Amino acid sequence: MLSQTLQYFFSGLTNGAIYALSALGFSLIYNASGVINFAQGEFIMLGGVCAVMLTAAGVPLPLAILIAVLVVSLVGLMLEKLAIEPAGDADVVSLIIITIGASIFLQGVAQVVFGPGQRALAPFTGDAPIMIFGASLLPQSMWMMGTGALIVLILAWFFGRTRLGKAMLATAHNRLAARLVGINTRHVLALSFVISAALGAVAGVVSAPITLTSYDVGIMVGLKGFVAATLGGLGSGLGAVVGGLILGLTEALAAGYISSAYKDAVPFVLIILILFFMPRGLFGARASERV
Amino acid sequence: MFRSMLRTTGFALAALALSAGAQAQAPIKIGSVLSVTGPAAFLGDPEKKTLDLYVEKINAAGGVLGRRLELYTYDDGTSAGKANTFVKRLIEEDKVDILVGGTTTGSTMAMVPVVEKAQIPFISLAGAVVIIEPVKKWVFKTPHTDRMAAEKAFEDMKKRGITRVGLLAENSGFGQSGKKETLAVAGKYGMQIVANESYGPKDADVTTQLTKIKNTAGVQAILVFGFGQGPAVVTKNMGQLGITLPHYESHGVASEQYIKLSGRAAEGVRLPAAALLVADALPKNDPQKPVVVGYEKAYKARYKQEVSTFGGHAYDGLMIAVGAIKRAKSTDKAKVRDAIERTKGFIGTGGVVNMSPTDHMGLDLSAFRMLEIRNGTWTLVN
Repeated sequence: MLSQTLQYFFSGLTNGAIYALSALGFSLIYNASGVINFAQGEFIMLGGVCAVMLTAAGVPLPLAILIAVLVVSLVGLMLEKLAIEPAGDADVVSLIIITIGASIFLQGVAQVVFGPGQRALAPFTGDAPIMIFGASLLPQSMWMMGTGALIVLILAWFFGRTRLGKAMLATAHNRLAARLVGINTRHVLALSFVISAALGAVAGVVSAPITLTSYDVGIMVGLKGFVAATLGGLGSGLGAVVGGLILGLTEALAAGYISSAYKDAVPFVLIILILFFMPRGLFGARASERV
Repeated sequence: MFRSMLRTTGFALAALALSAGAQAQAPIKIGSVLSVTGPAAFLGDPEKKTLDLYVEKINAAGGVLGRRLELYTYDDGTSAGKANTFVKRLIEEDKVDILVGGTTTGSTMAMVPVVEKAQIPFISLAGAVVIIEPVKKWVFKTPHTDRMAAEKAFEDMKKRGITRVGLLAENSGFGQSGKKETLAVAGKYGMQIVANESYGPKDADVTTQLTKIKNTAGVQAILVFGFGQGPAVVTKNMGQLGITLPHYESHGVASEQYIKLSGRAAEGVRLPAAALLVADALPKNDPQKPVVVGYEKAYKARYKQEVSTFGGHAYDGLMIAVGAIKRAKSTDKAKVRDAIERTKGFIGTGGVVNMSPTDHMGLDLSAFRMLEIRNGTWTLVN
């Protein structure tokens, strides 16, 4: 009985870690620009796909990860320079629509370059499961959770302690005021896309051995990540992670104790309830205090 | 001067003769709507390649009834709505004589009302039973149905003395239809479905559902119904949980990709599939051997890719259409339809086809081979 519950818990954590990594990217760009970047899922897809292609070409894994992250960061930069920046001072809704277009475009390119099939990346440290009280957890799940935790710490330090991070927060809050105090807001926006693309790539690479990867893997990861980010409170790093884990765990527990047929419905019922009673999500209240 | 006039007249005459010849020998137009892009691209892509290849081959060999084949294909991007639009265009603008195509069940069913109204023979390449049940006068199909897959799996389980099965179905169209058919035929084989779980096609972890099945009292085997990456995740998770129950998959995973994605965990997995996958391993006296080996060679030589059963379905569809046109000795739609319905003993990549007014697919369970994955490759189970 214990092992069964624990297995549900591990299953939820594994799925939740993927949602959390995706949610972090949404939060980051939202923090810097107020834009919800629906191409975030594609950054994750590209990270995984690049790493798979490179390792298949014989590049050692650590180097492949590094190159994949660089390539995807460049894609993020180009997305900002070629699609978001030319839109000028268009309102946030227009920018969001641009990101949806970019997402479809990136998927199309990936399908042509990568082909329509699915592939898997080899797990970083083997696939012998770790047994804990009769339940099993893959080492790769630990990698995902560890990476997620590390990213939250780095982001907290970046936004809380560095000038650049603070400049990004200021830009998000009031672009005109930020410009008046000498912040180059254009660079800030570009930077937020680069960082978020890099983050997506890392998420894509760590999760690729488990989710497998194909050109259309970003849709699901992106949508669930968005739900997780909203659940935890948009703009909050901690919220993104907690939102992701809650989402994964409720799915798994619903599948285990109610029925797997209702698995997908439960998190959405949950998010309706949370947004109804806490419209800013679990950790989003801070946004209103930023005066 | 005179000579040049003669030459001109000669040209004119030749041109006239040519155009007259072309009129008498108008090409036979074959229309096709396939899902070459989108989620079902790995089905639609080999289908299109197969049609291109064999139309070319047939033309090189002199065409059909002395007429050239002309292929009109549209890509519906795995969208049933677009399939409906394109089939109208094929019928009204391109004026095709026969339709071969419809990659997914969704696309096919969106095309059926248009086809029935226009009264044009249509051979679908999609799987589900609903396409041919109830029988629709103008609609045929070549692939095996999900019901047959369930029956074949149960037949094999019965031989091994298994009667209590845990079912894990994908919540996609394919998985849900498979689940319905599995539940419908279980009683016929004396099978008891003791667990009935589902998972999403993009789920990264299904250990919850598997743990539930594993802990169900008396379960003797697991049957998974899904296609694409989902079953690979399921298979990997079974390895992770150390589940040693006999593991059956559907024909939805009958591609090399499944073995590659699942790795070692795929060892011992059994599934019903067409003979095409084990072309080289078939015994010499197997009637399908020359057909599947021939198709495999031609496809590999042209595209440098492994064959899949999906391309095979397109081969079967095209050959049944061509055979019917030959027997009808015309492209008269009603005559061709009747000829398709009278297809008997046609040996395709999917099996031996015997159509009848009540069976517009014409395959029986012998068309499925029971395969087992051993040492990373398909082997025949006897």
